[in-house]
Amino acid sequence: MPAVQETVEQVKKIDVDQYKYGFETDIEMVKAPKGLNEDIVRFISEKKGEPAWMLDWRLDAYRRWRAMTEPTWAKVSYPKIDFEDLYYYAAPKSTEGPKSLDEVDPELLRMYERLGVPLQEQEILAGVKSDKPRVAVDAVLDSVSVVTTFKEELAKAGVIFCSISEALREHPELVKKYLGSVVPQSDNYYAALNSAVFSDGSFVYVPEGVRCPMELSTYFRINERETGQFERTLIIADKGAYVSYLEGCTAPMRDENQLHAAVVELVALDDAEIKYSTVQNWYPGDKNGKGGIYNFVTKRGDCRGRNSKISWTQVETGSAITWKYPSCILRGDNSRGEFYSIAVSNGYQQVDSGTKMIHLGKNTSSRIISKGIAAGFSQNTYRGLVSAHRKATGARNFTACDSLLIGDKCGAHTVPYIEAKNSSAHFEHEATTSKISDDMLFYCQQRGLSEEEAVALVVNGFVRDVLQQLPMEFLAETQKLIGISLEGSVG
Amino acid sequence: MLEIKNLHVKLEDEDKAILKGLTLTVPKGEVHAIMGPNGSGKSTLAYVLAGREGYEITDGDILWNGESIIEMEPDERAAKGVFLAFQYPMEIPGVAGLTFLRTAANAVRKRRDMAELSTPEFLKVVKEKAAKLNIDFEMLKRPVNVGFSGGEKKRSEILQMAMLEPSLCVLDETDSGLDIDALKVVSDGVNALRSPDRAMLVITHYQRLLNHIVPDKVHVLAHGRIQRTGGKELALELETSGYADYTGKAA
Repeated sequence: MPAVQETVEQVKKIDVDQYKYGFETDIEMVKAPKGLNEDIVRFISEKKGEPAWMLDWRLDAYRRWRAMTEPTWAKVSYPKIDFEDLYYYAAPKSTEGPKSLDEVDPELLRMYERLGVPLQEQEILAGVKSDKPRVAVDAVLDSVSVVTTFKEELAKAGVIFCSISEALREHPELVKKYLGSVVPQSDNYYAALNSAVFSDGSFVYVPEGVRCPMELSTYFRINERETGQFERTLIIADKGAYVSYLEGCTAPMRDENQLHAAVVELVALDDAEIKYSTVQNWYPGDKNGKGGIYNFVTKRGDCRGRNSKISWTQVETGSAITWKYPSCILRGDNSRGEFYSIAVSNGYQQVDSGTKMIHLGKNTSSRIISKGIAAGFSQNTYRGLVSAHRKATGARNFTACDSLLIGDKCGAHTVPYIEAKNSSAHFEHEATTSKISDDMLFYCQQRGLSEEEAVALVVNGFVRDVLQQLPMEFLAETQKLIGISLEGSVG
Repeated sequence: MLEIKNLHVKLEDEDKAILKGLTLTVPKGEVHAIMGPNGSGKSTLAYVLAGREGYEITDGDILWNGESIIEMEPDERAAKGVFLAFQYPMEIPGVAGLTFLRTAANAVRKRRDMAELSTPEFLKVVKEKAAKLNIDFEMLKRPVNVGFSGGEKKRSEILQMAMLEPSLCVLDETDSGLDIDALKVVSDGVNALRSPDRAMLVITHYQRLLNHIVPDKVHVLAHGRIQRTGGKELALELETSGYADYTGKAA
């Protein structure tokens, strides 16, 4: 793991503030008026030039949301969010038109370069930078997608990869068929809010029998003040298709808390496979717990077809509050769901995350590997549900939840729910909690590693079996990120 | 040269003195053995040399090559050439032995202003040294010390020692938990590292290790001080008479 050394070098380069994505970019924005009502929902829909059915869908969601109350069962505490004090739409002025790389505001391109997001399609296509991985990127800034790369190349394979706004214009029949079919409008408080005001996000459709020729990724960035980000992602793998998708998230450092409430829906038809990876690095707040993103996210995959497979991998290092349970509905016979998670919390971060594996079809299987690392004053909770329906004969699940504590002011909690309504279900659950001991650190230090190097080494060892699930292109970067997130957690 | 001068050490958390005026000198090129009954302070001496937390030095000093090391962090001492072979090496789950060796070797090399080893260079050196210690290369792909037998752990310690090229080697009860064959392999490994540039301090309860690693001097530690110093024959004498002469005596 040479990345350990790199981690430490990276950490040393950052002096006071360890969050390297905390800068702001000055871009002229178009915003909706503050607050939320039916007119705002209409404003957003009109901005996007949506069909009438879509507006109706949004208004329906909005009315349902009005009748709902905020959930309080998670182990997180925060002051009540004033939903009237937020902007629900913000878009860079320059992107209200067509989008190809040459047309993007150079200021935006510079921002993405600083963030390390590979938007240099031409150079890669021309072979100038052939060492770079070929990854197609959809870049979403606040409420809109600013650019999507490699679209033409993907189109040759029949793969549709674009912003959801564009999909609503170009492929309304696909969106209409699948939107809300996995996460209905009234699924939960935040999903209802998202359904009413979602602004942008990615849309992927991989046609029957096609293996998507490259990694797809979406890069979400919150830039505007007092603005909520509500993105919506919809991925459909048709029969026998395969796609691997990765999302990354960052935000500037702000004293205020910002709201992020996304919905992601995945649909895998017969024999299809979707691999969805997340590297979430929203601003976590400062060392005293001021500022940071409130991350309330609903992610769900529907293994709708026989022999389908959906795999979630998440690396959660950011956000002041994380409320997130990427789940799988194992509807098709022989379908399989996987959830691999690394959740790192430091400072005053609060993480309540886990998964739901709902076994409905016959001979379905699922696997959950969760690694929680708590440092500082943070609270880190795994919350999961594994259930087998009456008709789900032969359902199998294996769950392993491991928690690692660094220091003695943080907490790790595991809340597993298991429901088996079919006697043939076979569910296994393992959980461990350990602490990085002084003896372990001393052993590493005696071998010449500094305290920070020692922590990075031990933690990278702890999360190794989950890291292996990430696409190769993102592995080294992620190892570094974990090291950086834990900087200052000992001593 | 290692110079321990009138060293007084107590536990940080309790008012319990463990070392009470220990004085000892080990020149480079020599191997000294520290023998003593249980509870005499042998392991404390090893930990204090390496800089483990939890101990307070109330008086005295430790000089390595003329420089006091008692204020240094454990990793700074490692960079200065101090190596401790642990009696109970720690397990590090998920970290492969090779990764650990490489990270440690390069961390130390960097601080000694030496070029870091590239992957091929590193693998070549490890393979050579592992073969000499009868360590199966496959074992190094497993997580450090996890599920290792006693013998595997100790051989792994000696391999780490060989990789880090220390100038002061402290071996804490390296013979504990070893059968006679493993003892031979480990001793051969240690003997191979004997050099005019290296000082070694071998801490043991039993004489049998010293049949294999023949010391230049033997010190008897009891009640927190060196009670007697002699040649290698002193170890044989202790084998017959035991520590009874020393355990009853007040410090």
